[in-house]
Amino acid sequence: MAGAAAVLLLAGLTGCSSGAGAGEAPGQFSVAASEPEHLMPANATTTADGQILSALFTGLVEYDPATAEPRNAMAESIHSDDGRTWTIRIKGGWTFHNGEPVTAESFVDAWNFAAYAPNGMGNAGYFSKVEGFAALQADHPTTRAMAGLAVIDDTTFTVRLTDSFSQFPILLGFQAFYPLPKSAYGDQRAFEEAPVGNGPFRMDGRWRHDEAIRLKRFAAYKGPAAAAAAVEFRLYSQPGAGYEDLLAGSLDIATDVPPDQLAAAAAEFKSAFIERRSSAFYYLGFPLWDNTFARKELRQAISLAIDRQAIVRAIYDNTRAPAYSVINPLVPGSRPDACPLCRYDPARARRLLAAAGGWHGPLQLWFSTSAENQPALEAVANMLRTNLGITDIRFNVYDFSQFLSLVKARKVTGPFFSSWLMDYPSPHTYIAPLYTAGARTNRTGYANPAVDAHIAEGDRAPSVAAAIPAYQAAEDVILDDMPTIPLWFGKTRAVHGDHVSHVAIDPFSRIRVQDVRVTG
Amino acid sequence: MGRFVVRRLVQVIPVFFGATFLVFALVYAVPGDPIDALAGDRPLAPAVRTELRHRYHLDDPLLVRYGRYLEGLAHGDFGTTFTGRPVSDIMKQRFPVTLRLGGLAFLFEAVVGLAAGVLAGLRRRSVVDSLVLVSTTVVVAIPVFVLGYCAQLLFGKQLHWFPVVGIREGWRSYFLPAVVLGALSLCYVARLTRASLVEAMRADYVRTARAKGLPERRVVGVHALRNSLIPVVTFLGVDLGSLMAGAIVTEGIFNVPGIGQATFSAIHTQEYATVVGIVTALVLVFILANLLVDLLYAVLDPRIRYR
Repeated sequence: MAGAAAVLLLAGLTGCSSGAGAGEAPGQFSVAASEPEHLMPANATTTADGQILSALFTGLVEYDPATAEPRNAMAESIHSDDGRTWTIRIKGGWTFHNGEPVTAESFVDAWNFAAYAPNGMGNAGYFSKVEGFAALQADHPTTRAMAGLAVIDDTTFTVRLTDSFSQFPILLGFQAFYPLPKSAYGDQRAFEEAPVGNGPFRMDGRWRHDEAIRLKRFAAYKGPAAAAAAVEFRLYSQPGAGYEDLLAGSLDIATDVPPDQLAAAAAEFKSAFIERRSSAFYYLGFPLWDNTFARKELRQAISLAIDRQAIVRAIYDNTRAPAYSVINPLVPGSRPDACPLCRYDPARARRLLAAAGGWHGPLQLWFSTSAENQPALEAVANMLRTNLGITDIRFNVYDFSQFLSLVKARKVTGPFFSSWLMDYPSPHTYIAPLYTAGARTNRTGYANPAVDAHIAEGDRAPSVAAAIPAYQAAEDVILDDMPTIPLWFGKTRAVHGDHVSHVAIDPFSRIRVQDVRVTG
Repeated sequence: MGRFVVRRLVQVIPVFFGATFLVFALVYAVPGDPIDALAGDRPLAPAVRTELRHRYHLDDPLLVRYGRYLEGLAHGDFGTTFTGRPVSDIMKQRFPVTLRLGGLAFLFEAVVGLAAGVLAGLRRRSVVDSLVLVSTTVVVAIPVFVLGYCAQLLFGKQLHWFPVVGIREGWRSYFLPAVVLGALSLCYVARLTRASLVEAMRADYVRTARAKGLPERRVVGVHALRNSLIPVVTFLGVDLGSLMAGAIVTEGIFNVPGIGQATFSAIHTQEYATVVGIVTALVLVFILANLLVDLLYAVLDPRIRYR
C-alpha cells in the first residue's frame, strides 16, 4: 500500500515535469564546471573563473595547449629593444560581443581599472611591474592611470616597466590583461552577470548562479571560429557530481573524476579519458627564521628521506607526479631531473643529518585541511621516523584561511605543507615569487643574493628563451639550499562522452571549449 | 486564541535578536582572514586588501559590525558576500529550491507515512503490520548517505528513471532526493501513527461510538484518527523546520543547490552575511511552523483551548 501511494504520487509529479531532455541540441555540448567567484577579468582569481573567461575573452597572447609555448592571439606583435619599454600592436577589425571595436584603449583602460586600488580588484598585483603602479596603490590615489601606459593609435600602445622583464610577453595571456568594453566600468555587478568579451564565445542569457552558464558562438569573431555552436557550463558544487551525470548520459565533458573511480574510468573510457600535468606544485617549506632549520644539511636530509614515488603511488594512486625540480615540467625551460637531492636515499639522509648535528625534540608538521593532505603527510612522517629516527612528530592541522594566516605571520614552528599554481607558463612564476628575498609570497623567509642575481639576470635577458639558463641557475642554487622541499606536481583529468571529440586540457587545467567538436 | 497568537509572535523578537547575534558572533570568532583566503595562495596587493577590508567592515569591532548589519536589515538589505553578490539574491535563488525539496519530502513522509501507519494500526499483527514494522526498522537503521547513493545507483544509473544529479529536469529531479530526505521521518510518522491509533482504538470513546452504531469508517476517521494524530502533527511540525535546514547531506549527494549547501560553503568561506541571513530566515520558519502546530492542536482536539 505504501508502494501504491508512492506510485500515485509519482504519477502526479511526472505530470508537471518541465520535460527538458537530458542531452543537448545539435551542435551544442555541456561541460562540468564549478561556480565562478568573479567574471570580471580584473577580479578573477580562481580556476573556475578562468575556465569561463577563457571562452569569453581572447588575450594578447594564448598558450599552446600541449607545450604551453606562448603565441600571439589578439596581438599582431609585441616588441621591445631593452625589455623595459614594450610596443604592443593589436590586430585591427576585432570587436567585442556588443559590436564595440577592440582598440589599444580597450586594453589600457582595462589595465588602469584593474590597478586602481579603490576598485578592489584581486588581480591588481599583476601590474606591479608597470611604471606608475605604485601611484594607483597609494592611500588616496590622485591619478587613475599608470604613467607607464600610453596609447599611440587605435591599434598600438606602449608599456613602460619599472625594470627590464624578459618574460613580459608571457604574462599577457593571463586574464588580468584581457581588454574590456566601456560597459564594464559602469554597473560592474550587471556586467559580471553577463560579461561582454572579445572571445570565440559570447554569453547566451545571464549567469545562472550555481546552475549553469550558457555561451553561444560569436559570429563576428576574427580569430579561429569555435567548432561548436554553443556550450553550456554546468555548475556543480559537489566534487564528482559531474562525473555521475556523465555516466548517466546527461553531460558531455566531466572534469572532476572521483579518485576512487579513476581506474574504472580510465579502463572504460579509454581514449576519452584524458590526463595531463597541472600547474600545481606541492612542497614542504621550512621556517628559516627559526634557527632549528638554519643548517641546509638538515633540510637536505629530510628531502632525501622522503620516497616521493612510493607516496604518489600508494597514497595518491598516481594522480600526482613526484617532483624532482621546482620548475613544473609543463613549463618550457623546465628540467625534469633538476633535483638530485630529491632522489630517495635514506643512507645519505642519515649521514647528512649526523653532519647537521642530529635532531632533538619534537618535529612539528603544519598543513591545512583543504586538500587531501593528511594521509600523504602521515606517510612523510613515517619515512622521517624510519629513515632519520625522528620519533616525535606532531601534526598541526588548520582550516585553509587560518593556516594561511599562521604561515604569513610566521607562527609555524616546523615544516609546512603548501602549494603553488603558476600565473604564466614561464620558469619565472615558480622561482621569483617563492624565493626572491623579501617577496610577499616568499613564505620561508629565504634570502640568497646568488638566487636574486640569477633571477635579475634572467629578467634582463634579451628574449623569453634567452632568460632560461639564468632561471635554471637560480633553480640549481635553490635545490641545493632547500628552503622548500619539492614533493609532487598535480595532475588534472577529464572524461568525455561519444557526443564530442577534440577535447583538450590547457596548461591552466581548463577545457579548450573553442576546439571541442560535436559529433553526435 | 488571538491573544495566544500575538503572544507567540511577540516571543519571536527576542529569539530573532538572540539567534542573529549568536550566529554573527560565532562566524566573527572563526580564526583566519576571509579576504586573504579569497585569493588563495596569491596575496592581494596590500592597498587592494585594505580597500576590501574597509568595504566589508572587517576591521570594525563585533558590536559595530552587528549594528551595521541590523541597520541594513531594517532597510531590507541582507548585505553582500565577499564576491559582491547580494545575499538576498542567494536566498531568493536557494530558498525556492529547498522549499520544493523539503515540501516534496514532507508531502511524501506525511502521505505515505500516515497511510502506512493507519493500515498497520487497524490491522494489528497482520502481514501489512509486520511489513510496515520491519521495513521502517530497516530504513531507520540505514544512514541517509547510503540510502542516497543506493537510490542514485539503482533509479538513476541502472534504471534511468530519474536524473542522477542536479535540478535541471524540474519536478522529476526533485523526486529521488525528496524520497531519500523524507525516508527517515516517514518511518517515524508511520510508527507514531500506528502506536497512537492502536491505543485510541482501545479507548472508551471508540467503544461508545461503535455502540451508538456509527459506521466503522466514521469511528476510525473522525473519532480515533483525529485524536491519535496529535503526536504525529507535533512531530511533523518540528520536522518541517529540520527539512528546510538539514538537507546538507542529501543536497550534496544529488547536487541540489539549496539552503543546506549554501550554508555549508558560506561557513567554510566565513561569509558571515550569508550565514546570518539564512539562519535568521530558518529561525523564522521554525517559529512559524511550531506556532502552526500549536494552532492545529485545537482543531484536532476541541478540548484544547488557548488563553
